[in-house]
Amino acid sequence: MINKTVDNIEKALEGVESNMTFMFGGFGLSGIPENAIASLSQKEIFGLTCISNNAGVDDFGLGLLLKRKQIKKMISSYVGENAEFERQMLSGELEVDLIPQGSLAERCRAGGAGIPAFFTPAGYGTEVAQGKEMREYNGKPHILETALTADFAFVKAWKGDAAGNLVFKGTARNFNPLMAMAGKITIAEVEELLPVGELDPNQIHTPGIFIQRIFQGEKYEKRIEQRTVRIKE
Amino acid sequence: MALDKNQIAQRIAQELEHNTYVNLGIGIPTLVANYIPKGIDIEFQSENGVLGMGPFPYAGDEDPDLINAGKQTITTLDGAVLFDSATSFAMIRGQHVQLTVLGAMEVSENGDIANWKIPGKMVKGMGGAMDLVASADNIIVAMMHTNRAGESKILKQCTLPITGVNCVKKVVTDLAVLEVTKKGFKLLERAPGVSVEEIKNVTDAKLIIEGEILEMIL
Repeated sequence: MINKTVDNIEKALEGVESNMTFMFGGFGLSGIPENAIASLSQKEIFGLTCISNNAGVDDFGLGLLLKRKQIKKMISSYVGENAEFERQMLSGELEVDLIPQGSLAERCRAGGAGIPAFFTPAGYGTEVAQGKEMREYNGKPHILETALTADFAFVKAWKGDAAGNLVFKGTARNFNPLMAMAGKITIAEVEELLPVGELDPNQIHTPGIFIQRIFQGEKYEKRIEQRTVRIKE
Repeated sequence: MALDKNQIAQRIAQELEHNTYVNLGIGIPTLVANYIPKGIDIEFQSENGVLGMGPFPYAGDEDPDLINAGKQTITTLDGAVLFDSATSFAMIRGQHVQLTVLGAMEVSENGDIANWKIPGKMVKGMGGAMDLVASADNIIVAMMHTNRAGESKILKQCTLPITGVNCVKKVVTDLAVLEVTKKGFKLLERAPGVSVEEIKNVTDAKLIIEGEILEMIL
């Protein structure tokens, strides 16, 4: 067993520097690496390129890094919940690359899977296709999308073990397994870090080979963006 | 009387086919789940990674690890399954999800749809909409017939940046049911008490009208 455990968040974040490219798992605020984001937002690192489906909200998630103007460029599919984000984008302080969600997921997967590019129908005929190679397959036009990788990928899982194997819960899985594959160094934070042998190998979602460092996170806030309920009849 | 949002959803629910997988967009499309006809089995997919989505949880049962693509708390039904975003869009791009219902700002007579950006005003991103409209076999748009300024959203050509080309099959508005044909919009049904003339008056695109146009039955 190759032990990936690091003792704390500081050891986990060793090597992060200004001007690097980071990936962050999560959809909205669900399944985001809360500990890593909070700690990065305290560091004197700037000029970051961040790849994440969303950009957090004003006071949580990647919103914390935006507030300190640590991010130079965002690569996302939907950024609708963050007023500071919108302000920085419209004023030109922040560079933004909006890409279709499925293409974002697949570009991360491809980055981790050794596939440099692929053709997809998503975005054909739209702004997204501008400057991209187009090719027809089965009579249907497709555009060429390239793979994404990152200097560091930050992911969050429900359970993990010292070998870096991960199990996710609910829809908090989302982009995490894909970004885990695409990081040159992938840092996993988990709610529960177990000794090896505790996780059933049949039930592991992300194999530990994709993970370089793992630690048990603390104080998960797990904020809900849209609390919707039904009334008991 | 023009339909309200719930009635638009109710009319769209009549389009649901037995034993199919369906993706509902944010807004009016979400309401379609409330009107599934009896005897029709549907599994709802949400692109953030769940198939077999159930209703909202009871107060106190909300789980931050269980949300839909609109970031709303949800539940899962028996037989549900959870997966990552790449698998989710494999279901969508690979045409395993048979029907997509989504909202729009504009639809054009060749089936183009615009629903993600108003230059200089609203730039939130396309989310999964471009992947969804690029692939689904059947795409139904749920929207109001006109915008807040009273202008037609049913157009000869979209004026806003488009989300996808030549993809919308049907449009259900508060006034009408329209089918996108090779020759343009064909008026299929009208809202109860709304005349063909009234619909024509607020429609920018040319309407193909053949025979008697019946009222929607809700």
